[in-house]
Amino acid sequence: MNDLYWLPRLAEWTQSLAKLEATPWNGGSAELVRLAGHRMTLPELLRLDRAAAKILNSLSPQTGLESVRLALLGTATLDHLLPGVRAGALRRRLAAACYTTPFGQYRQEIETPDSGLAQFRPEAVLFSFDPSYLAGEQPLDALEAQLASLWTSCQERFRSRIIQQTFLPSAPAILGENEHRFPHSLAARIAEFNWRLRSLADRHGVTLLCVDQWASRTGLDFWRDDLLWHRAKQDIGPRAAILYGDLVGRILGSLWGKSAKCLVLDLDNTLWGGVAGDDGLTGIKLGQGGGTGEAFVAMQQYCRKLASRGIILAVCSKNEESVARKIFSQHPEMVLRLDDVACFVANWEPKPDNLRQIARALNIGLDALVFADDSPFEREIVRTNLPMLHVPELPEEAAFYPRCLADAGYFEGMAITSDDLARTRQYGENSKRAELQASASDLPAYLRSLDMELRWANFDEVSLQRITQLINKTNQFNLTTRRYTEEQVRSLIGDPSALTLQLRLTDRLGDNGIIAIVIGRLDAAGDLRIDTWLMSCRVFGRTVEHATLNILAAHAREMGATRLMGDYRPTEKNAIVAQLYASLGFEPLAASDAGSQWHMRLDRETTLPTFVRVKAPDTSLTPS
Amino acid sequence: MTESQILTELNAIFRDVFNDDSLTLTPATTAADVPGWDSLTHVTLTVSVEAHFGIKFRAAELEELHNIGDFVHAIARKKG
Repeated sequence: MNDLYWLPRLAEWTQSLAKLEATPWNGGSAELVRLAGHRMTLPELLRLDRAAAKILNSLSPQTGLESVRLALLGTATLDHLLPGVRAGALRRRLAAACYTTPFGQYRQEIETPDSGLAQFRPEAVLFSFDPSYLAGEQPLDALEAQLASLWTSCQERFRSRIIQQTFLPSAPAILGENEHRFPHSLAARIAEFNWRLRSLADRHGVTLLCVDQWASRTGLDFWRDDLLWHRAKQDIGPRAAILYGDLVGRILGSLWGKSAKCLVLDLDNTLWGGVAGDDGLTGIKLGQGGGTGEAFVAMQQYCRKLASRGIILAVCSKNEESVARKIFSQHPEMVLRLDDVACFVANWEPKPDNLRQIARALNIGLDALVFADDSPFEREIVRTNLPMLHVPELPEEAAFYPRCLADAGYFEGMAITSDDLARTRQYGENSKRAELQASASDLPAYLRSLDMELRWANFDEVSLQRITQLINKTNQFNLTTRRYTEEQVRSLIGDPSALTLQLRLTDRLGDNGIIAIVIGRLDAAGDLRIDTWLMSCRVFGRTVEHATLNILAAHAREMGATRLMGDYRPTEKNAIVAQLYASLGFEPLAASDAGSQWHMRLDRETTLPTFVRVKAPDTSLTPS
Repeated sequence: MTESQILTELNAIFRDVFNDDSLTLTPATTAADVPGWDSLTHVTLTVSVEAHFGIKFRAAELEELHNIGDFVHAIARKKG
């Protein structure tokens, strides 16, 4: 497991790294990400980590990687885990700067105003405690309160996200199977505290890193070597360092909006056994009555579950489209339906071209796609042409496909919102909209026919989770790409100098959910600065941004503002809004590599034409 | 596997772990001769050696290793 078996091997890995070390200016960060995405041994990991440190330091800040400051605080030795954590972050296009306190000094560092930790200004804090934290007879309630106060201190002092690692179940049993009956048994305390942590973390907006769950997947010995505990105080040993780092990486990735969004599936021997074109509707292996057929049913059921939590499904197959579609519509054992697939591409074109087309049709980045294909040939051709795509090394047996996808953690999610649950339907409706658009030669007529209604509300408690999620994962239509924690977002509710808007769009094909967020701040001079303005890519090109500006201007005037101030901060992904303010009638103030500033005076008419009807709030926008 | 083969492979692991492609081990090399060989890298080093050769050292054995020659002997003994 520590070799991350879903990653491909690269025969010339060592040579590629040597070449990168010699000529780091040659696409340095992209090549680092690519190398981090392949299998490696522990010495290779250390080499990669050193090369990364050098390259990321020597390149200008414009490395194309987003940076994250992560503090690891704990009771055991943690330094040996940092290279794996940085590699895990790199795999998600994040450059992690890590800070650890001197052994066991986390409490003083949190509480001392100008400690090294405070100066580091962590954006995320990971608490990694070994089980001795739970030893003794102190009631677990007291330990819960103690831990919660550590979290709260960090949330308040650093405004950082908190990640809490659960406890490895490493204490040997004293009584045995019924250990919980032995008073103060450490093994029983660990089990119970891990259980309590789930709800405690939820109440405090804390993210868990569940090494206890992984210990049941891989065995405890993989994680902890009692010999290394005694020799070096390592609770998690170096044998687990690569996997551990990837788990931290996927959590950071999820918090920073880098999780994959779409699973693209091949068909023959990926969703059913055999070849549809050769074996036909009745010849393919799918369904009850045989191990192979049942394994493919299980794979489809797993994909369907992913779809039900908001992962988009797409198909990319070399097949006659009519033959492939017929299996979906007519095979009695198919679990997946055409309705579950947001984008269906079956033809004989090269798969990299088709995958580009799928990303375009769904309006998401190529790095948001995971491509599952049983054919090593297709996987290789896709990796070579589209290195930013995630392409797992699927096991040979279909029975192990679902676990492989789960172990790889591409779709790491933090919470389920009601919008997630409706997502596949929305993307399906989007395909219908696209068809409608193709048939309507006249765009204004098409937009009018959509009968769109935009409802606004200020931020409220009930939509907080969805708002935070959008703030942290929207990359394209995002003027400033500022990320905020749920706590930070909550602090805006009721702040008289803050303007907060959440916007929900419905049209005659369905409810798009909350699709846009605006945060503004009014200063004493009467300038309302647009701190954050983002919109879901699903509703691009529908004049929603015009309607949004109209609402924003109205609110700003109501608050007494005389001017709107807007910034554009460029990232690798948000070029689409580089000229947004210009197109809305703002005037330029300044521009540089770091972005551009714009303003719009409010003492004159600013209303923009739109096909969207605006509706004032009656209730919260999140259905209960 | 001969002791000289083991020494060659051990040398490659050391070069990776200590990031020094000019590092050349002899049986007489000790921790004092290798910059950066402290207690922390020692753990990484032994785990890497164990994974590479498919062996596992006991605590007492590790405490007996005083130079690279001892390391090579111990690996040879384990590999049988």
